Amino acid sequence: MTAESPWQESGPAEAPTTEQLKHFLYQMAFIRRFEERCGEMYTKGKIRGFLHLYIGQEACAVGAINTLAPQDKVITHYRDHGHAIARGVDPNRIMAELYGRVDGTSGGRGGSMHIFDVEKGFLGGHAIVAGHMPPAVGLGLGAKMQGLDTVTMCIFGDGGVGEGEFHEALNLASLWKLPVLWFCENNGYGMGVPLKDSIANDIYKLAAAYKIPSIQVDGMDVVAVYQATKAAVDYCRAGNGPAFIEVLTYRYRGHSMSDAELYRHKDEIAENRKRDCIDRLKSTLMERGDLTEAEWTEMTERVEQETAANVAFADASPNPALSTLFDHITKEPARA
Amino acid sequence: MPELRMRDALREALREEMIRDPKVFLMGEDIAAYGGSYAVTKGLLDEFGPDRVKDTPISESGIIGAGVGAALMGMRPMVEIMTINFSLVAFDQIINSASKLHYMTNGALNVPLVLRMAGGGGSQLGATHSHSLEGMYAHFPGLKVVCPAFPADAKGLLKRAFRDDNPVIFIEHTAIYGLRGEVPDDPDFLIEFGKANIVREGTDVTLIGYSGSVHQCVRAAQMLEEQEEISAEVIDLRTLRPLDIDTVIRSVKKTSRAVIVEDDWKFGGFAGELSAQIMENAFDWLDAPVARVCGKDVPAPYNRDLEFAALPSEEDVVDAVLAML
Repeated sequence: MTAESPWQESGPAEAPTTEQLKHFLYQMAFIRRFEERCGEMYTKGKIRGFLHLYIGQEACAVGAINTLAPQDKVITHYRDHGHAIARGVDPNRIMAELYGRVDGTSGGRGGSMHIFDVEKGFLGGHAIVAGHMPPAVGLGLGAKMQGLDTVTMCIFGDGGVGEGEFHEALNLASLWKLPVLWFCENNGYGMGVPLKDSIANDIYKLAAAYKIPSIQVDGMDVVAVYQATKAAVDYCRAGNGPAFIEVLTYRYRGHSMSDAELYRHKDEIAENRKRDCIDRLKSTLMERGDLTEAEWTEMTERVEQETAANVAFADASPNPALSTLFDHITKEPARA
Repeated sequence: MPELRMRDALREALREEMIRDPKVFLMGEDIAAYGGSYAVTKGLLDEFGPDRVKDTPISESGIIGAGVGAALMGMRPMVEIMTINFSLVAFDQIINSASKLHYMTNGALNVPLVLRMAGGGGSQLGATHSHSLEGMYAHFPGLKVVCPAFPADAKGLLKRAFRDDNPVIFIEHTAIYGLRGEVPDDPDFLIEFGKANIVREGTDVTLIGYSGSVHQCVRAAQMLEEQEEISAEVIDLRTLRPLDIDTVIRSVKKTSRAVIVEDDWKFGGFAGELSAQIMENAFDWLDAPVARVCGKDVPAPYNRDLEFAALPSEEDVVDAVLAML
């Protein structure tokens, strides 16, 4: 882990308050339970297609996205439920989208890998690895050309680093000094291929080739993620150009629901669970006397109820009408 | 009406749209200081400055994706891809980012992006630099594909492209950049998409082309009239998607014969699609199978004679007509 913040210009980020930390803990617990329920509903056949669970990586979404302002944009990869929840997208609508129902974020047209909520500045949910990185450049360019106070956070995985679009996007963002924060969730595997077999250097070091300041952070520590990201977002917002964060994280579940996990040993998962982001923050708060067992129980019960309500909402939502099949292929002016 | 070359008509369209809408900006490889590989954007840097006429690195995927993102932020970008051949390295952005976001978001997002690219063969540029990919782009729902044949159409259609709320692939045939024609100077001169143009009326056969091949159709029609006393109607599709099939069908019902002409390969190409639609809509009116005069099924060769042999000619069109009469 690199220690020095590379964007000292924007000053050290403040530590999150106890209230914020409790909110982070709740969000991480919520995302985990939401994802578990997604897995259950997949097994029951209520969710189909590809389903990529975020379990283990919650500190990344929660620590990073909570640094953003309402006018900022998030654009991300296909393991996107956690990001959407952290950005405040209604979990009822996310679950309904996974069900393919009319109340989903895209009315059932997108699915798990394509969650969008324009009102929340949540611009997907993109399923071609690194394919959303050039559009992130454009979000930054559009913001800069219009003088908007908008930072774009582009989240991608370690697998995206091997794509040409990663390199084109970093170069353009740096060349044009755009307010884009590149946020790499390195969970150690591109599907089943370990990082050492796919990328020739430490990921955060690649950013230096494009003169983008970068840092590597413990992605299982929500406080570390928050503080590093906050400073980086401030740096971008101040007009310094792009910044780059690599968070070291780990997914506990398979790449998708169809992963037999032949490429890793159970001991490795158990070892990483010792770094668990939820346990870690919970212990910290309890040791500091900022969280009681009773509060934690109340929190988990609320998570249980709310995620159950998400499932019930999706169950009750109707399928889209077949008559809407051809809607929204192109946008045309309303006929007079 | 002033007479302009194709490239000047295109430039007029860009200028007028940039003046009309401050959100319009241009980016691409060598479009600013160099003035564009085919001189379409010449002079625009001086008039509008480097923020709105932006030179880019050779990063087709990066700049088309950047166009998509800028469009999502409320801008009206035009990205020039030097030639259509280089769009292949950016296929992911055109197909997966630009063409699908409106549908995948249930209408919440849309991508008003004009993608201009020079296309077509016949310039001895070899196999990698001579593609006609308009049929391939027309394959994808969510894209609009525009292929003008005349300077006035080029201006009216390009201006119309900037008023569209969707990604528009605007393909300019390299062989006709110097073609002259009268072009309206009314800043509100627009040509609607999905409206084919009957370039020449006739009664015995319908010749259908777009972009460069319209001119082969017109020359073939003249030869047929002068040499064979055959009256050929010539239709310029102008846009492949949306496709004005109604105008084609009306004409075929009148002439009972159709020849489709395009530079692109016959196998799996746009002419096959159009032929099928004619069959589906006018089968009982046809006196002969629909003929396709297309590029030969080979990678474009460099040698001049070989390349000419690989591309359709007006003589090929005449032969196809004579074979069906």
